[in-house]
Amino acid sequence: MAAPLLQVRNLRVEFPTRRGTLVALDDVSFDISPGEVLGVVGESGAGKSMTGAAIIGLLEPPGRIARGEILFDGKRIDNLRYEQMRRLRGKEIGAIFQDPLTTLNPLYTVGRQLVETITTHLPVNPAEARKRAIGWLEMVGIPAAAQRIDSYPHEFSGGMRQRVVIALALCAEPRLIVADEPTTALDVSIQAQVIALLKTLAREKGTAMMLVTHDMGVIAETADRVAVMYAGRVAEIGPVREVVKHANHPYSVGLMGSIPPLDRRVERLAQIDGSMPRLSAIPQGCAYNPRCPQVFDKCRQLRPDLIDAGTTRAACWLYDTEMARG
Amino acid sequence: MSAAVQRFFGSDLWWSFTRSPITMVSAIVAAICILGALFAPVIAPHNPFDLASLNLSDAFKPPAWHEDGAREYALGTDDQGRDVLSAIMYGARVSLLVGLSATAFATLLGVSLGLLAGYLGGAVDGLLMRICDVQLTFPSILVALLVDGVVRAALPREAHDQIALFVVIFAIGISEWPKFARTVRGSTLVERNKEYVQAARVIGVPRLRIMVSHVLPNVLGPVLVVATLNLGLAILAEATLSFLGVGVPPTQPSLGTLIRIGNDFLFSGEWWITIFPGVALIAMVLSVNLLGDWLRDALNPKLR
Amino acid sequence: MFAFVINRILQAIPVMLTVALISFAMFAYVGDPVAIMLGQDFTEAQRDALVRDLGLDQPFWVQFWEFVTNAAQGQFGLSYRLSRPVAELISERAPATLELAFCAAALALVVGVPMGVYTGLYRHSWLSRFFLTFSLIGVSLPTFLIGILLILFFAVQLGWLPSFGRGDTVQLGWWSTGFLTWSGVKALILPAITLGLFQLTLIMRLVRAEMLEVLRTDYIKFARARGLPNRAVHFGHALKNTMVPVITIVGLQLGAIIAFAIVTETVFQWPGMGLLFIQSVGAADIPVMSAYLMLIALVFVSINLIVDLLYYAVDPRLRIGRGQGGH
Repeated sequence: MAAPLLQVRNLRVEFPTRRGTLVALDDVSFDISPGEVLGVVGESGAGKSMTGAAIIGLLEPPGRIARGEILFDGKRIDNLRYEQMRRLRGKEIGAIFQDPLTTLNPLYTVGRQLVETITTHLPVNPAEARKRAIGWLEMVGIPAAAQRIDSYPHEFSGGMRQRVVIALALCAEPRLIVADEPTTALDVSIQAQVIALLKTLAREKGTAMMLVTHDMGVIAETADRVAVMYAGRVAEIGPVREVVKHANHPYSVGLMGSIPPLDRRVERLAQIDGSMPRLSAIPQGCAYNPRCPQVFDKCRQLRPDLIDAGTTRAACWLYDTEMARG
Repeated sequence: MSAAVQRFFGSDLWWSFTRSPITMVSAIVAAICILGALFAPVIAPHNPFDLASLNLSDAFKPPAWHEDGAREYALGTDDQGRDVLSAIMYGARVSLLVGLSATAFATLLGVSLGLLAGYLGGAVDGLLMRICDVQLTFPSILVALLVDGVVRAALPREAHDQIALFVVIFAIGISEWPKFARTVRGSTLVERNKEYVQAARVIGVPRLRIMVSHVLPNVLGPVLVVATLNLGLAILAEATLSFLGVGVPPTQPSLGTLIRIGNDFLFSGEWWITIFPGVALIAMVLSVNLLGDWLRDALNPKLR
Repeated sequence: MFAFVINRILQAIPVMLTVALISFAMFAYVGDPVAIMLGQDFTEAQRDALVRDLGLDQPFWVQFWEFVTNAAQGQFGLSYRLSRPVAELISERAPATLELAFCAAALALVVGVPMGVYTGLYRHSWLSRFFLTFSLIGVSLPTFLIGILLILFFAVQLGWLPSFGRGDTVQLGWWSTGFLTWSGVKALILPAITLGLFQLTLIMRLVRAEMLEVLRTDYIKFARARGLPNRAVHFGHALKNTMVPVITIVGLQLGAIIAFAIVTETVFQWPGMGLLFIQSVGAADIPVMSAYLMLIALVFVSINLIVDLLYYAVDPRLRIGRGQGGH
């Protein structure tokens, strides 16, 4: 595999609050290679979006990176000054947000928003930028792009707006896209189209992607590898097929069990008892231990790091070789 | 009771109070103003309304620290030999009385009408909100002036002086109720569709009862904030009306009246007659406003 | 566009009629104009003649119609206090008030908006804290006290600026202006600051609050995620979005300036409409009061119309009916 484009190393994000410091992300590590799609899944509040925000350098204050590092193309980006990071955003790392109804500035035409993004990052004049903007709108499948370019966001439907957002994220040709729940706010019928579009464009342009979602169907269809997050930590990471079909971490097993299979009838879907702990009340040891069906003593005391579990890497004492031996 | 006290000191409200020195200072200043006003007859060094004790030879005495000042008149005396400090304390009484009464009146009127508009909706809502809109386009001071002017024109002078205090309270209250009505209506619209209200409706609780015992307690938070911020405005409105000479009667001077009277002596150098009541007014209004600001932020953490 | 304007004008008519009804009711029922105009000695015949002249024997709606048509032509009868036509009194004093209000509004906008933007963007800087403290004092200080303090300092202590009146004015047709003489300009400074300061702090706080609100929105986050420079994010994207609510409030505040001029004019003995009005309230001079009320209502209605038109210019969502979805 090529040298990774993005490396996240032991990332820890903290939110100082009046009642002590909340640890939103702890010891999160993963890589994304050029052209690769990494799916990030987990329940709401597991830290998926937070990871994306940390990568593009837009954590909401008072949130801050307390430990660890983020490397893009081999260089650290987590400690860049605002202005240096600003130049990377859009140009090298694009972002797509969840709700297309609120991500576009309502007072400007989509053309203006595209042109300003292009001229900010690429050495082209406004006329050329406009030509490219029309090209991008065509590429994301906006019909009659040359006319629609002077429309305002409210004149587009939700699905079309998300296509515009994708065009905006891609128009300076970044090498990495952080897509945060890009289809969650869309109609089910449109979700597939938008995902297919993202996938095609990423493949055509060779763009790597971090696809944050809680929709396992989207992951199974789009991602090359998948990271499962739980309570601010990576529970398991591995090739998408392995994680979906043969998950190793008990949490991933539970998560996959809750997806209705299409090929056979089931009486009742598996469910995980209990709910994810709040950030202020993460239990000692493995964060999943109160809900885990295979819990044993060690889980309640020590927190596991990612351990090689054969096909994937899982943060679970079950795969601790020393324990297996003993 | 002690449980309630304990809950209060454990609450976020108390926590944010202890974290804000400005708020604590404001609370102290406000407390001093209120206590000083409340107990003026007991603690004021002189009674400015006791004509017998007035001595014209004591007129225009500068503050005590000035070389011509007298120790018994800490902040000097006015043109009639009245002690400025005592006059301020008595004046603050009137200012506070009018401010509190006008705010209470506006709150009562605004909350009831807002609740009705929000809960009943339809034509009642349309009409009440229309009135609010029209009235809100006019500055409240103008509304208060008009109400005062009309009453003045409608009543003979002596009768007017007798009820002037109530006229001012009414005029200020009536000019400020729409803010409360709007706030309450907005919250009521939200509360009305919540499950607990629907549940109450389903089991047949009468409408008035739902409004008063179910919806009302849940919309009082914002009302408290608006009322606090409004108290400052009401005190200012009273001071402004009195300064313009159409507020409280001269027999019961408020801080605004004192400032107006003192204003005439500004040019001849007797600045203390107008400046000290002014400072007292600012201290009172500023501390109330700061408390209101703090309350608003403390009750809506997301606005911070 | 045209339909929009017509629609707004039609909406304004009931408001104006309501205000006219209140004015008229004051005019007709408060106090006894006949007694006031006749003074002490009069005969029954004189009284009846006056009642007929004034049309007071007519039914209510006829009188009201008469009042509205007269008002539309600027006729409000005679002032009880000064025995001169109200229209004449008001038009004499209007230029003084309008010039004062204009300067105060310009001051409030030109200083208030940038201060609001600054405190919204850099909310933890010491300058922002200073501005905020200053603004809180600004909203807590009554207008008349600001005037008194300014007079005490700049007129009494330093003697730099006049403490009352308009200074020398120049007559341009029926309009008397203080802009063209040095003493006129000097006389404007303190009253304009007094009148503008409260609005300035209000506008600053409003712009700041809106700015903070907008900076939290997804489209601002997305603009940052697209790597746009701060200048473009703050002034291109954020500021323009704050303008929609700011325009409404500022519009209303401009109307409030004219009303608050009453206080400023009293402090500075400024010979404008506000001083005329307050003297009329004191003397229960109903014709002047009702004329002033109508005039203020007209100003407010016109400002509302302009505000709506500005909305229309700023927000594209209003231009094409209701957009799909929208938010």
